Amino acid sequence: MALATFKGGIHPPGRKELSKAHPIERAKPPKQVAVPLSQHIGAPCKPVVKPGDTVKLGQVVGEAEAFVSAPVHASVSGKVRAIAEYPNPMGRLVPCVVIESDGEDAWVDLVEDADYLSLSPERIKEKIRQAGIVGMGGATFPTAVKLSPPKEKPVDVVMLNGAECEPYLTADYRLMMERPGEVLEGLKILMRALGVKKGFVGIEDNKPDAVEAMREAAASLADVEVCPLEVKYPQGAEKMLIKAITGREVPNKGGLPMDVGVVVQNVGTALAIHNAVRYGKPLVERVVTVTGRGVAEPRNLMVRVGTMVSEVIEQCGGLTEAAKVISGGPMMGFALSTLEMPVTKGTSGLLALTEGEVVHARDFKPCIRCGRCVDICPMGLMPSMLSVLSEAGQYEECKDYNLFDCFECGSCAYVCPSKRPIVQFVRLAKSMTKPG
Amino acid sequence: MEAAKSPRELIVSVSPHVKSEDSVAKIMWTVNLSLLPAFAGSVYFFGWRALYVTALCIVAALFGEWLVEKLTSRPMTLSDGSAFLTGLLLGMNLPPSSPAYIAIIGSLVAVMVAKQMFGGLGFNIFNPALMGRAFVLITWPRAMTTWTAPVASLGAVDAQTTATPLGLLKEEGLHKLLEVFGSKSALYMHLFVGNRAGSLGETSVLLLLIGAAILLLKRYITWHIPLSFVATVGVLTWIFGTNPETGGLALFGGDPLIHLMSGGLILGAFFMATDYVTVPTIKAGQVIFGVGCGILTVIIRLWGGFPEGVMFSILLMNCFAPLIDRRMRSRIFGYRKVEAA
Repeated sequence: MALATFKGGIHPPGRKELSKAHPIERAKPPKQVAVPLSQHIGAPCKPVVKPGDTVKLGQVVGEAEAFVSAPVHASVSGKVRAIAEYPNPMGRLVPCVVIESDGEDAWVDLVEDADYLSLSPERIKEKIRQAGIVGMGGATFPTAVKLSPPKEKPVDVVMLNGAECEPYLTADYRLMMERPGEVLEGLKILMRALGVKKGFVGIEDNKPDAVEAMREAAASLADVEVCPLEVKYPQGAEKMLIKAITGREVPNKGGLPMDVGVVVQNVGTALAIHNAVRYGKPLVERVVTVTGRGVAEPRNLMVRVGTMVSEVIEQCGGLTEAAKVISGGPMMGFALSTLEMPVTKGTSGLLALTEGEVVHARDFKPCIRCGRCVDICPMGLMPSMLSVLSEAGQYEECKDYNLFDCFECGSCAYVCPSKRPIVQFVRLAKSMTKPG
Repeated sequence: MEAAKSPRELIVSVSPHVKSEDSVAKIMWTVNLSLLPAFAGSVYFFGWRALYVTALCIVAALFGEWLVEKLTSRPMTLSDGSAFLTGLLLGMNLPPSSPAYIAIIGSLVAVMVAKQMFGGLGFNIFNPALMGRAFVLITWPRAMTTWTAPVASLGAVDAQTTATPLGLLKEEGLHKLLEVFGSKSALYMHLFVGNRAGSLGETSVLLLLIGAAILLLKRYITWHIPLSFVATVGVLTWIFGTNPETGGLALFGGDPLIHLMSGGLILGAFFMATDYVTVPTIKAGQVIFGVGCGILTVIIRLWGGFPEGVMFSILLMNCFAPLIDRRMRSRIFGYRKVEAA
């Protein structure tokens, strides 16, 4: 049987073998954390503690005021030292609550709910919201918001995204291997919260053991289906995943999964949801794949939010000959300008590339119109035209070529034989024009 | 273990952070390589003169590229293989007896005018090699339509003047062609193997297809343009071609095989009409481009002033490539659903 997939896409080398055999280990408890007050798309949090305050592990330190937002919590117990600014992976300075650990890891009182699957949808969403859960695949959209679709957009399918199509990353893979039961409990909670009868788990077929582990765990669940997907980037992009599994196409020009009755959550998010709804645990840690040929000992680590990147890399033997350190995967991640930067809820991986692996943008050449980018664009766009027009400063004309339907997966820049920085040209055009 | 790098040492650039190993140079040199069988065939069929003419073209093309980039202080692109390819293709498109000035001037026009004056690789509208050939054909029509019979031996110096199969077909009819080659099967065989008069690299269908297979397997070209081009010529020459019995026009009486295997059709369809820069990028547009090339080729061959029409048909369709790309957009993901709503 042909595996579910979408049209277009590319096959970059997976490189997952570097870290995939390493079970998730708990990172050393950090002596100090800097919990960013903005870790998600949406409004930043207001700090609710001040320097000198004593906080417990899991205590709210930043409150979300807006609807599209999520609170942040202390990831160690100890004393608040400062509200100080640290860069985020995109290079912007973000205020952070700096907490010095007392080494106790004393939790706030957690209320366990044994009957968590019979909670009302409203109660579930409230608990998810209070736990500060955001999408952990990297986009960090507040989860509770995703779970509140308007009435005119009924949702009938919940999907867990275990595709992990970014090369190198193995965080989601390890979670599915090691904790498939809890991930599926998270899915059941999501189905309950949305009143949905059908749940899917999409996993790329280069992880057959994860497919097997999840299938075994889902054997008793009649309404949950584990779908192996063709190995193809960007299979884990929400729209591509939905197309592959249900055949539904999210409308262009700003359409959302809920427009076709689907809600997608990352498998890591599902685990966090389970921890939050069942045990009352806020999101204070996540699995981070530390990998690449530039790091001494690639690993999958459970890292507290707010731990310095430098500290995480140090625990993996440090950098060897890394020339570029990326937060996230090589296709859509961000190159870091400093390692003195906190891990956030969206940090799926820390990837260290060596000099020989880095393609320098200064070497790019004119477009030869070979059409490779056109053939592989999962959105059916003409990246060649977007890059040529943007390079010429014709930003408005880019809209004729559906500029704003590009979600910057980078497939075009990957295949371009002229090594053109197409994603950069697209971002430039987007920033110079208004959608519409 | 080394200490963490200081921020200054970290490279910061935009995603994606990994790229495929394909490059323009790799593609161009592979195309050059794929022409090697047909080039070797040209030396076999027409003697060392084939090597001489082609080498002149390549050297002149490289010189033209170097000169323009030197004068305009643009980055040097000699190593990307594209100027070499233009020279090689032009050489393969010239008659074996071409004088040196035709080879040199043709190459200089191709690279300096058709390519560099438009901005260099990626910006030219017309296929440079074909532009160079069109220029010398119009300027020196006599020399460009003087053909030599294949000698199939490396020692031959003085080759005999003859007509090309398409020339015979056009001027004197099919019976003359059969007379010259003996029988229909002998005619087919000579056309397929390449033992016939014609431009240097265009005569051997067999050797050209070997090269084309390499490009298709490496996915450097797709079937869209060559197949639609060749199929269109086949169908139209079958419908409108000369009837072997009467020698005149009879619908559905033509012999498409002669047309497919003679002239520059195979060389043009697989190696010139597939030039990325001068053809549409959308696959559906490429099929239109190929069909257009086929129609124009047949019109020129059957009713035009030249026995051969591949060069002009590709150049004419080059004009339409940008237009075709504008009209033939690929379907945007999620678009149809919005229209329906």
